Amino acid sequence: MNTAQDPQHLLAALPADDEPALARLHDRLADRAEREGILDVAYRTLDTPVGSLLIAATARGLVRVAFAVQDHDAALRLLADQVSPRVLHAPVRLDAASRQIEEYFTGRRTGFDLPLDWRLSRGFRRDVLSHLPDIGYGRTETYAQVAAATGRPRAVRAVGTACATNPLPIVVPCHRVVRSDGTPGGYAGGPEAKRTLLALETG
Amino acid sequence: MQPFEQIVTAYGPMVLRVCRAVLGPEDADDAWSETFVAAMRAYPGLPAGANVEAWLVTIAHRKAIDVTRAAARRPTPVEALPERPSRTGRPEDWDGDLWQALRGLPAKQRQAVAYHYLAGLPYKEIAGLLGGSTDAARRAAADGLRTLRSTYPATDHEEMAR
Repeated sequence: MNTAQDPQHLLAALPADDEPALARLHDRLADRAEREGILDVAYRTLDTPVGSLLIAATARGLVRVAFAVQDHDAALRLLADQVSPRVLHAPVRLDAASRQIEEYFTGRRTGFDLPLDWRLSRGFRRDVLSHLPDIGYGRTETYAQVAAATGRPRAVRAVGTACATNPLPIVVPCHRVVRSDGTPGGYAGGPEAKRTLLALETG
Repeated sequence: MQPFEQIVTAYGPMVLRVCRAVLGPEDADDAWSETFVAAMRAYPGLPAGANVEAWLVTIAHRKAIDVTRAAARRPTPVEALPERPSRTGRPEDWDGDLWQALRGLPAKQRQAVAYHYLAGLPYKEIAGLLGGSTDAARRAAADGLRTLRSTYPATDHEEMAR
């Protein structure tokens, strides 16, 4: 092929993927979107001892924490469907959450002080999750105890489901809910992650 | 609906090429920013199955016109590019010779070339943006390309294409 005659070659001096420029423009877009009130969901990822975490926030507060095993892309698609498709990688909104999660993993923080957006959790599941911050750092409760504490002592399995579908793991400490035989039980981030968190807290 | 982040990742590079080809290096960033802010604002209302490229190019086309008008109103004109553009080795530098050649084209030819060859828009869609017939859009792109081949030094783009 005669390259001089091919329009794509003629225009090849325009870089197809100018990464530094696009990174700069992306930052500028995130900043503008925040200021103009159209950044419905901001997210970033964070490297932690339990793997990469996706954290996402609306204007109201932290709305989602997802483990790598939960598939970050799937979590973002769900946010697009259930909250808003105006989802952008925009770390600035997550500065406080990132800092607190990092402090938690270094053992310097035993509780989170962050605005939370509970919209991904409803009904009884939400009742269960709102009880969890009452279980103190380093302590555990059984699924049955949590069921009793939320006023439905027979809803032990429903408590398990509520924990398994917790949209805000770590920050809302579903890892502190364990089986009555003392074994950790299931966890959204995998059993290994649950053991890591419990071990961290009992240090 | 896909998260908007994926739209930026998938189409951001194409829109930047189009903005650069239509406006040159000085104003392309502003046009890109205005395009994606407007697109993000409107995104939840985009019908399922819509042609995202065509939608973004339509917005970019309008924003490029706004940016051109704003530039014309600026008190101090942007300095002309040097005769021989600097190649400082920064990855975001692109060949100023190509912009000099593109700048020499009538706006419609420059737009038709960018929208067809960089964004992949069919001439029918381009005619909708530029006004006039599909044939007129096809001719504008062909005429633009013919002029470019004579005004843009061949050695440069053969070297760049490699």
